[in-house]
Amino acid sequence: MTTTSLTKSRGAGHTGDKVFSAATLAAGCLILAVLFGVALFLVVQALPALTAPADQIQGGAGFLSYIWPLVIGTLIAAVIALAIATPVAIGVALFISHYAPRQLAAGLGYVVDLLAAIPSVIYGAWGVAFLAKEISPAYDWLAKYVGWLPIFQGPASATGKTILTAGIVLAVMVLPIITSLTREIFLQTPKLHEEAALALGATRWEMIRMTVLPFGRPGIISAVMLGLGRALGETMAVALVLSSGALTASLIQTGNQTIAAEIALNFPEASGVKVNTLIAAGLVLFVITLGVNMIARWVITRHKEFSGAN
Amino acid sequence: MTSTLTPVRKRSALTKGQLPKAAPYIVLAVALVLAAAILALIGFNPFGWAVVSAILFTAGLTGWSAAVEGSRRAKDRMVTCLVVGAFLIALLPLVSVIWTVLVKGLPGLMDPGFLSTSMNGVTGAFDNKAVEQGAPIVGGIYHAIIGTVLMTVLATLISVPVGLMTAIYLVEYGGDRPLARAITFFVDVMTGIPSIVAGLFAAAFFFAVVGPGTKTGAVAAVALSVLMIPVVVRSSEEMLRIVPNELREAAYALGVRKWRTILKVVLPTAISGIASGITLAIARVIGETAPILVAAGFATSINNNVFSGWMASLPTFIYTQILNPTSPSNPDPSNQRAWGAALVLIILVMLLNLVARLIARRFAPKAGR
Repeated sequence: MTTTSLTKSRGAGHTGDKVFSAATLAAGCLILAVLFGVALFLVVQALPALTAPADQIQGGAGFLSYIWPLVIGTLIAAVIALAIATPVAIGVALFISHYAPRQLAAGLGYVVDLLAAIPSVIYGAWGVAFLAKEISPAYDWLAKYVGWLPIFQGPASATGKTILTAGIVLAVMVLPIITSLTREIFLQTPKLHEEAALALGATRWEMIRMTVLPFGRPGIISAVMLGLGRALGETMAVALVLSSGALTASLIQTGNQTIAAEIALNFPEASGVKVNTLIAAGLVLFVITLGVNMIARWVITRHKEFSGAN
Repeated sequence: MTSTLTPVRKRSALTKGQLPKAAPYIVLAVALVLAAAILALIGFNPFGWAVVSAILFTAGLTGWSAAVEGSRRAKDRMVTCLVVGAFLIALLPLVSVIWTVLVKGLPGLMDPGFLSTSMNGVTGAFDNKAVEQGAPIVGGIYHAIIGTVLMTVLATLISVPVGLMTAIYLVEYGGDRPLARAITFFVDVMTGIPSIVAGLFAAAFFFAVVGPGTKTGAVAAVALSVLMIPVVVRSSEEMLRIVPNELREAAYALGVRKWRTILKVVLPTAISGIASGITLAIARVIGETAPILVAAGFATSINNNVFSGWMASLPTFIYTQILNPTSPSNPDPSNQRAWGAALVLIILVMLLNLVARLIARRFAPKAGR
């Protein structure tokens, strides 16, 4: 049977079709390649630091003892940021989704998004020029009255350039991320659930507690995880605000350092094995944030399959 | 006979056990007065006044409500107070940051030649003279503006084709294939890469390929692209997905090839959303500091070539001027320059955000039915 001209696929533009689809495919694969390239090149450049003799690494005791205070410092700053930002962010998201007048809600959401638009270096500058100065009396007060707690042990830093200040600046920076994600989730709560709760005589808070929060729980968790990813990797705010030093338990003294800030402060002038050490530190940070983000995304996709919203 | 009946004002049984409508205003007034009185004893400041008033207001309204309306209503009122309070707290840093940048940045912006000169040849001696003898503060951000524009443009030129093509693949070709799902997942993961790691990647890549210590504007542009591509993919993908399928089918029915359908029908329909997404992505990377610091170093003189030599940008200019003032003994002129640059940067970012909104509104596609 001969093919008729109608079913023949060699019409004008057939090559165009092939080229175009191949180009889009190549672009997609390039993205995957870049991500694996990130991991690959970091590993390659980090290897000399991992295999170098211990006394060549900064601190003179090998890579592990160099990196673990930085990891702890990074976690401390991120935990402070989340402890402050999460309750406020959920409050703001509830305000925009369920409390604010309908006409205002979109505008208010935009105002919160503006917080996300401000570059991180400006937050850092604000933290060091304004917040650190304004907050140091509060640190004196903490050292005086709750100084028996190891985390508030005095004497407080006179400049206010401490890990707690850095944590507060980070909290401001992750707030819009957590807010915008949880707001989206809260808005997806099935209207019928909300109305059923209200019809049974629930107050607004009871309605939120019985319908909005249980529905949004996976979304809240993943939003907080994404905020954690941002807080872990944030560089400039910490590099500018924190007057760094050795690992200390007290949050209101100078000291502690995060991986990202350590890299930013030292990389421009580094040479030799120092460069490899810093790249290895970056690799550690990459692995930590990658893990956090993958768990967060996994929670979100699992939630999508189970929720009745879609 | 009935006209002698006088109306008795009695609260309806339905509104019994409720606070009067004006209750929040009454409590607010009382709280403000009480807080002022308390603070007058220990020293008045407006911030403390606001905080103490808010606490008193919440406690007062909750307590009154608990006495009259019962615990359920009281809890509802307390949560309302907390939620509104959270929103007000979130506004504080926004207002504070913008206020600080305006107040500190304006004097820097007013310096002669701030926008048209670089920091080439500006040494600590000039700054010392400016502080001690009142000479004008010299030096400016021209080189940083050039660097920011060049690196951002190059990053955009790399990211937009790759990001847009990937989005087209995901929407038009990928379907539910494993590769498409993998790309979606890893694009999401990529949005979470710390900016400094992106910078390190670009640096490590060029160190390995070109030679150790390669730091140029192009390296920074590659780092920025790593941060920008996922944003472009996500926003373009969303926009392409809302293009109604009827448009595609109509084009196919006329015998138009798929690639021409995409170029002539799908993309023009979604172009406003895509353009606004790209503008937002530019706004995001223009303020990135860490990758540029790692990948392009920082320069004090004008460099128009992205492929050789260190390059300055506005964010790294702010960072180095604050952290390593030109004159360590008199950091004030450096700080003034840094805040002036911060003001310029924030204006740029806000403008880009505004432009993105305008594009999205102006050229919004007609809703398909």
